[in-house]
Amino acid sequence: MTAIPHETTHASRTAGIAYILKKSLISALVALVLFSLMVGVRTEAGSDGQLTYWTRFGEVAALVAVVFGGSIVIELLRQWIGPNGTDSLVPPAVRSGMSFLGRYLAPALLIFTFLVPVIFYDQRYILDLAILVLTYVMLGWGLNVVVGLAGLLDLGYVAFYAVGAYSYALLATNFGWSFWICLPLAGTLAAFWGVLLGFPVLRLRGDYLAIVTLAFGEIIRLVIINWQSLTGGPNGVSSIPRPSFFGIPLDNSDNGLAARLGIEYSPTHRIVFLFYVILALALLTNWVTIRLRRLPIGRAWEALREDEVACRALGINTTTTKLTAFATGAMFGGFAGAFFATRQGFISPESFTFQESALVLAIVVLGGMGSQLGVALAALAMIGGFELFRGLENYRMLVFGMAMVLIMIWRPRGLIGHRAPTVYLTKAKAISSDLVKEGHG
Amino acid sequence: MSSEQILSVDRLTMRFGGIVAVQELSFAAEPKKITALIGPNGAGKTTVFNCITGFYKPSGGSIRLTHDDGKVIALERLNDFRIAKQAKVARTFQNIRLFPGMTALENLMVAQHNALMRASGFTLLGLIGAPVYRTAEKRAIDLATEWLKRVNLLDRADDAAGNLAYGDQRRLEIARAMCTEPALLCLDEPAAGLNARESAALSELLLSIRNEQGTSILLIEHDMSVVMEISDHIVVMDHGEKIAQGSPREVRDDPKVIAAYLGADEEEAIAVMESGS
Repeated sequence: MTAIPHETTHASRTAGIAYILKKSLISALVALVLFSLMVGVRTEAGSDGQLTYWTRFGEVAALVAVVFGGSIVIELLRQWIGPNGTDSLVPPAVRSGMSFLGRYLAPALLIFTFLVPVIFYDQRYILDLAILVLTYVMLGWGLNVVVGLAGLLDLGYVAFYAVGAYSYALLATNFGWSFWICLPLAGTLAAFWGVLLGFPVLRLRGDYLAIVTLAFGEIIRLVIINWQSLTGGPNGVSSIPRPSFFGIPLDNSDNGLAARLGIEYSPTHRIVFLFYVILALALLTNWVTIRLRRLPIGRAWEALREDEVACRALGINTTTTKLTAFATGAMFGGFAGAFFATRQGFISPESFTFQESALVLAIVVLGGMGSQLGVALAALAMIGGFELFRGLENYRMLVFGMAMVLIMIWRPRGLIGHRAPTVYLTKAKAISSDLVKEGHG
Repeated sequence: MSSEQILSVDRLTMRFGGIVAVQELSFAAEPKKITALIGPNGAGKTTVFNCITGFYKPSGGSIRLTHDDGKVIALERLNDFRIAKQAKVARTFQNIRLFPGMTALENLMVAQHNALMRASGFTLLGLIGAPVYRTAEKRAIDLATEWLKRVNLLDRADDAAGNLAYGDQRRLEIARAMCTEPALLCLDEPAAGLNARESAALSELLLSIRNEQGTSILLIEHDMSVVMEISDHIVVMDHGEKIAQGSPREVRDDPKVIAAYLGADEEEAIAVMESGS
C-alpha cells in the first residue's frame, strides 16, 4: 500500500523541475477550459428578457495564473513534507519534537481549559465560545464511539442531541424536575432511541447505513415540528429552567448562591458554572470512552470495525455489540442535548438540523477517527476557527472549505491518525493509520 | 451417535439457487484426531466448512457436535456466533481475516471476548475497575502470551497484525482461534502460501494442538505433504460428493481419488502420488 506514494515521491524528486512544470501546466490547462466557460463568459437576462453576455478574459487569466502558481507551490510543499504514508521522510528531530508535543499537549490543554474562566472572567464572549466548543467536544467524543471505534457511519447523530434536549426541556417545564434528575433521564432516553435506531440498521453497511441514519435524524426533527401539542412545534420550548447548584439557584434572589456566599451577584457566575458543568460532562464522556476501549466491549467495537465476519467466527454477538455502540454514543449525545437546553433556555427544531450532524461528523473525521485528543483539537479548530473568521463574513466558508481540503490532502486519516493499542506486553507502539480500517457499516 | 464422534455430518446438502454445491455428504470426525477434507478446487470443501461454522444455513441434512460431557448440539440450528460461543467451534479463513489495525496481543484478547465479558460483569464491573475483572484480564493476557509463545510470535506481540509477515499472520490466526478454547478447530487451508519450512512448522503446531490441548481438528488443505503427514482420517470430495474416505494410506491408493485429481489438475494428482511414495 505504501509502496505507491513512495515511488511517486521518488519519481517526482528525480524528475525535479520539469515534472513540476509539466504537472502545473496541465492543471492550468484544465483550469483554463473550466474557467473560460464558468467565468470567462458572463450571461444575464437583459431588460427585455433577451440574453446578454460579455466576456471577462482578465479574470480568467488571473485565475489560471493562480492555479498554475498554486500547483507549483503544492508540488514543492509535497516534496518537502512528503505525502501521507511517508512518515519516514520526516527528520527524526522533528518527529521526536512532535512526540514530545504529543505527550504534553493533552495535559496542557486540560489545565488551560480548567483555567479559562479565571483568565477570561471578564470576557463573556470568550466564555460563551468556550462553552460552545466544549459542547461540540462532547458531541464529537460521543459520536467517536459510534463512528471512530465501532466504524458505524452515523449521519443522524443530532437526533439524540434533540432527544436529550427535548427530554430535559419537557420534563423541566411540565413537571418542574431539576436538571440533575433530568440529566440521567435524558441520557437514558437518548440511549433508548439509539437502540431503536440500531435495530433496523443492523444489517446495513456503509452508504446504506449512512442514508438510514440520515433519515432517522430528519424523522426525529419532523416529529418534533409536527407534534405541536407536546413539543410546541416550530415555536419550540421556551423558559427552560436554568440549572441550580445542587438546589441553590444561581440568581439575584435572596436565597441565590451569591447572596448565601455574601458576594455581589454577577450574571457571569452562571456562565462559569455552566462552563464547569459541560467540562465535567465532556471529561466524563472522555473517561468512560477511554475506559470502555480497554474493556472487552470496546475491543469488540474496534474488532467489529476491523472485520465483522471474523468477530462472528470468534463468538462475538455482533448485534448487541453494535447496539451498545449506538446506545453509548446516543447517551452522550443526550447528555449534551440536556445541557444545551438548560444553557439556551429555549430550544426549537431549528437547532437540530442535518447541518449539526454533519458538523459533528466532520469534527470526528477531521480529528482522526478514534482519537480522543484529535477530536478535541478538531472541535476547537472548527468551532473556534468558525468564530475567529466571523468578521470575514463571506469568506469564512471559503477559508473553512479550503482548510478542510488541505487537511484531507495531507492528513487523510485526520489530525491524529494513528491508533494506540489498548493492551501491551512490553511496549505500546502506535499503529499506523494505514492498517486501521475505517469500518464499512 | 456413538461417543467416538465429535462431529457427525449426516446427508448434508447445500444448494445455491439451482447449483448444488454439496450433495448428501455424510462423514464423521473423531475426538482428539485430525480429520482432513480434501478434493480438487470447487469440490465444495469450503461450503461444508461454512455450513459447519454457521456462515451458511444448510439446505438439508444435519450436523451434530458432541462435547466431552456428552452434550449433543445441532449446529445447523445455531447462528454463526453461537456456534463459536456455545458449541465451541473455532475457525480460520482461507483468506486470512485478522484484525489488521490491532496488535497481535489485542487480536488474541478479542478472541477471549465472551469469557472477559462475563468477568467484567457485562462491562459494569470492568468500568469501575473491580479486582475480579483485573484478575480475569491478567489471566486472559497470560493465555494470549502462552499462545504467542506457541506460535513463535512473542516478540511481535505489540505489533499490528497487519504488519506481520504472511506466514506469521497464518499462525496468529490459528492462535486466535485457539484462544477461544474450542472443542473443534476448523482450519481452511492453513498451509496456503507457506514455504516448505513454514509448512513443516505448521504440521508440528497442529500435531501439538491435537496432542497437548486434545482439540479435534477439521482441516481443508491442498498441501498434500501436510495432509498426509498429520491426518488421522481423510475425507475426499469431488463435485459436492464424498468419493472416498479412510486413513492417509487408504486414500492415497484409491483409484477414484487419483482419477478425481487427474481429471481436475494433473499437478495435483502427481503431488498426491508423489507424497505417497
